[in-house]
Amino acid sequence: MSAPTELLNVQIDGVWHQFPKGTRVIEACAQAGKFVPHYCYHPKLTSPGNCRMCLIEMGMPKVGADRKPEMGADGRPLINWIPRPQISCAQDIAEGMGIRTDSPMVKDCRHGVMEFLLINHPLDCPICDQAGECHLQEYSVEFGTSGSRFLEEKVKKPKRVELGPRVTLDDERCVLCSRCIRFMKEVAHDDVLGFVSRGSHTYLTAHPNRLLDSNYSLNTVDICPVGALTSSDFRFKMRVWFLKETKSICTSCGTGCNTIIGTRQNEIFRQTPRENNAVNSDWMCDYGRLNFHHVNSPDRLKMPQVREGQQLVDTSWNNALVKAGEALKQFQKDEVAVVASARMTNEELWLTKKLIDSIGTSLHDIVPRFAEADQILMSADRNPNTLGAQITGVTGEKPGSGLKEIADRIKSGTLKAVVALGEDLTQLELTAEDLNKLAALIVMDILPNETTRSASILLPSSAFSEKRGSMINVKGRLQRLNRATQAPGTARDDWEIIRDLIQQLTGSNGIYLIEDVFKQITDSIPDMNSLSLSRITDQGVSLAENSEEAVETV
Amino acid sequence: MKMELPAELEARIDEVITQYPVSKRSAALPLLHLIQEHYGYLEDDAITWIAAKLELEPINVLELVTFYPMFRREPGGKHHIRVCRTLSCAMAGGYELLDTFCKHAAIDRQGNGHGAHLLKSKDGKYSIEFVECLASCGFGPVCLINDDFYEAVAQDEVPQLLEKYP
Amino acid sequence: MASTIRTPHPRENRIIFRNIDRPGWTNDIDCYLQDGGYEDLKKAFSMQPGEIVNEVKISGLRGRGGAGFPCGVKWGFIKPGGPKPTYLICNADESEPGTFKDRYIIHQDPHQLVEGMIISCFAVNARLAYIYIRGEFPEGAKILERALAEARAHGFLGKNILGSGFDLEIYVFRGAGAYICGEETGLIESMEGKRPYPRIKPPYFPAVLGLYLCPTIVNNVETLCNVKYIMRIGGAEYAKIGKPNNTGTRVLCVSGDVQRPGYYEFEVGRITMGELIYDICGGLKPGRTLKAVIPGGSSAKVLSARDRYKIKTKQADGTMVESEIGLEDVALDFDTLAGVGSMAGSGGVIVMDDSREMLWALNNINEFYAHESCGQCTPCREGSLWMKKITERMLHGGGSGQDTDTLKSVADNIAGRTICAFGEACAWPTQSFVAKFRDEFAATAGTKGNGNESTNH
Repeated sequence: MSAPTELLNVQIDGVWHQFPKGTRVIEACAQAGKFVPHYCYHPKLTSPGNCRMCLIEMGMPKVGADRKPEMGADGRPLINWIPRPQISCAQDIAEGMGIRTDSPMVKDCRHGVMEFLLINHPLDCPICDQAGECHLQEYSVEFGTSGSRFLEEKVKKPKRVELGPRVTLDDERCVLCSRCIRFMKEVAHDDVLGFVSRGSHTYLTAHPNRLLDSNYSLNTVDICPVGALTSSDFRFKMRVWFLKETKSICTSCGTGCNTIIGTRQNEIFRQTPRENNAVNSDWMCDYGRLNFHHVNSPDRLKMPQVREGQQLVDTSWNNALVKAGEALKQFQKDEVAVVASARMTNEELWLTKKLIDSIGTSLHDIVPRFAEADQILMSADRNPNTLGAQITGVTGEKPGSGLKEIADRIKSGTLKAVVALGEDLTQLELTAEDLNKLAALIVMDILPNETTRSASILLPSSAFSEKRGSMINVKGRLQRLNRATQAPGTARDDWEIIRDLIQQLTGSNGIYLIEDVFKQITDSIPDMNSLSLSRITDQGVSLAENSEEAVETV
Repeated sequence: MKMELPAELEARIDEVITQYPVSKRSAALPLLHLIQEHYGYLEDDAITWIAAKLELEPINVLELVTFYPMFRREPGGKHHIRVCRTLSCAMAGGYELLDTFCKHAAIDRQGNGHGAHLLKSKDGKYSIEFVECLASCGFGPVCLINDDFYEAVAQDEVPQLLEKYP
Repeated sequence: MASTIRTPHPRENRIIFRNIDRPGWTNDIDCYLQDGGYEDLKKAFSMQPGEIVNEVKISGLRGRGGAGFPCGVKWGFIKPGGPKPTYLICNADESEPGTFKDRYIIHQDPHQLVEGMIISCFAVNARLAYIYIRGEFPEGAKILERALAEARAHGFLGKNILGSGFDLEIYVFRGAGAYICGEETGLIESMEGKRPYPRIKPPYFPAVLGLYLCPTIVNNVETLCNVKYIMRIGGAEYAKIGKPNNTGTRVLCVSGDVQRPGYYEFEVGRITMGELIYDICGGLKPGRTLKAVIPGGSSAKVLSARDRYKIKTKQADGTMVESEIGLEDVALDFDTLAGVGSMAGSGGVIVMDDSREMLWALNNINEFYAHESCGQCTPCREGSLWMKKITERMLHGGGSGQDTDTLKSVADNIAGRTICAFGEACAWPTQSFVAKFRDEFAATAGTKGNGNESTNH
């Protein structure tokens, strides 16, 4: 247990509050329900104090001749108000501090700053992606004045600059808050952006020899308070107020950055990071962020298919599942292998293990993906749920160590049937010719590949944004995925397909809802005792902490 | 970096860097001065050379070159004239002085393009620009020609002044 | 070319400028030593650093760069014995329009500065110091480097100076044409090799988080020379010069519409505006009357010759008596000039006669600030250029009825709301010119525009 943090007394708009020592003034105001508008301040970056939008009135206790605060009739210190307004983003609260967030002076300051920001700002709202989530628009309405007194020519600056492969910059819209420069230096460790020229002609740029090509470049678009930095991928695609927002997590690596998936009419338009200070802070990498276009691909597998000779023909789910069950029942246990994926959810993996047990085979594993970690967010494990695969027993201590055996047996012909769940078997160094040696190849996947083309039964399943379920990241954090889109055609939830496969092999098992699956998981896995899908919340649960709690309550 | 500096210049640069033992980045401005003095201006390679020498990003040096008006990214004339335009010198005839210099140095203000800051004569002998207060306000109008400072420059003195800079 | 022989006016009190224009004087160390140079340094080493700080506090010396902050108080902010090294930087960036004094010390009497600086470094325990000299003084930089080399050769710099156990190195750092480098935290950023954006205070008070985030003292050239003089005569004696709270001498720099513009050193407050203009500088040009004076560099609020100023003077019996005076009777010290609504600033006195159009003058000043704004914070970056565009348009016949009010409002939205004092510096001229000469500004309105809200975006 850490020592209790000292609480300090602060008066905000006439009301006394208490906040922990070390709280930034602007955060204290927010916690007191008094939002202070700002541009350059960001809680995860250094504070330069340059936008001047967060100016408030500040005061400190009046100190008497005895060097002690003078008290008022209410038993609280009297406040000496500083005549000049102060910024609230770069100072921490102090004992007895007074703040005014909505006095006439503060209102006047805000009018002033808003007017200054707009005099050289181009009226690009009709063509600017930021509209609808633009701090200039919002604060202009709430804190600015209407009308303009500016009669001069506006300063011109570069527009439509391809700052990097994924970021387009409009320098005229830039309010020179420097958030992007600070982010690239302090978080992405790539000091590539800077201001050039001087005064009102200052503009943002990268050196001509460099691009903003970091794998974290798109975070600058998130934190840009205006439409200066925009995502080239998202540019002109959709108005943000049309987007339905679903909270989920990224599945491109084992970190599991928390995300918001923005969709409209069942199409994903963008993903943005969601704050989780235990996982990804406010950031995510560009690779994971943009790794959604495959979901919308016209090549998505939509119909179950069975092989007739050289071709795969569409069929009904019932037919496909029956055929799959028949195929599997033909063979001895170790003539069948199951190659699953650590990109599946815990629920899917748990059912996969049930399937493996129903078949009775000892030949099963997931396909590992390891690469170099980038020391920022991207994990060396590029699978989002390796721990889930281990905890459910689909894979062992060394993920992928069983694959060579499986590949050899396919080549030698001793393996007769393979169930491939969401993985292309050519990753095992197998060719289509090798796969054709199999008597039965039951494939569940979302996009065509060599394995799906070689399948004897093809079962179209769900992409990450179509899943409801949970995954465990590399740090042992259990996090939820939520469904943002519906699978295309007649493609189905993975867990339901696997459940139905099991049913073909063993008969009914009474699982109808995913919550039932989760309950069965938590009942059988000690670290996950007493959890439910709803208890996981938007921020996830650390399994280590959960089992500590469980230990404590016992 | 394509740039190869003469040994003497590089030795001077190394010596200057030692004056900033806490942070090499402090040597950025001194190096920019030394290189501009030698080559007359700062070409793109100079910026990347300095960045590499001081273990900075090129943007860190570009930020400085574009901020400080004394740094030129293109060559000036063989001789560079700076005329003060701030209040006291303007009251004493600074604007007229620049016009007179342009006339006698054959610098065509229109020909240099609207909004051009550094005006050059066609033969490349002279370049001229306005600068802000040069701190000799009681004796205006004042100007610098290269590193030489002149006070109370009378309009009719300009031709003989220019003759000193053939 | 003007004559460079400038004999001091008999009413001057040339202490700091004793050697400027002195016949037979040269700026090398031999001349300086022959004249008794570096004796004050020896005296300093016989004292404790804390004692020297105390002398400067007693002297009441106020900064001569423009802010007028008490030097001893500034030095007192340095906590001795801290874990980080202390630095001292001489601010030789002299760029305030109307100011021309440090130039002469640097070019003609550099050792006075060097000696004053070594004493000051010893007092605050700074072992590494820099002179930040503006880039437009290339010869001055060479002269200072030579002076420092001479001092080093004579053992006044380097290790164990004069056997005192005190080590010190001083280097020259050249600026490159940015006025904002005269702001102490902008100067520090410039020295760190970054864009010279002034720092927010709190928390970046130089005495706590200065150069390389270590305690740093930044002092003006003239201030450091005054330290040397305080060393010689002691703080108490120094405090007798000038006026209470406005002690010592200062160099006034007069430019504009007077017969004999130039630099003049007086005891602070012992000369009035009228005496300066008419007695010292030979009055205005023939047939001209006084219209306006900017008393402390272009950042200072302009004073109109038409106005009457209410001042309070303390009587012998301690009571305060209010009186009304004209511009000519304003004494040129920090407190009086502040009392009449301007400031002593850098001592740059710009005199304007009735031939001057105030709009033209303000436009010239506005263009200076629009050029020199570093661009870091919103009000100054956007507002300084806006004010310049307005006065430029008014000057060229495009004035609109709302311009005068807009000018004042824009200036009001800048002053007090920026990171550094440049906000005040660029706003005060507009505020004061418009307030004092409103009739002239209003007269330019009406040719274009109709005073309605703009249909521009």
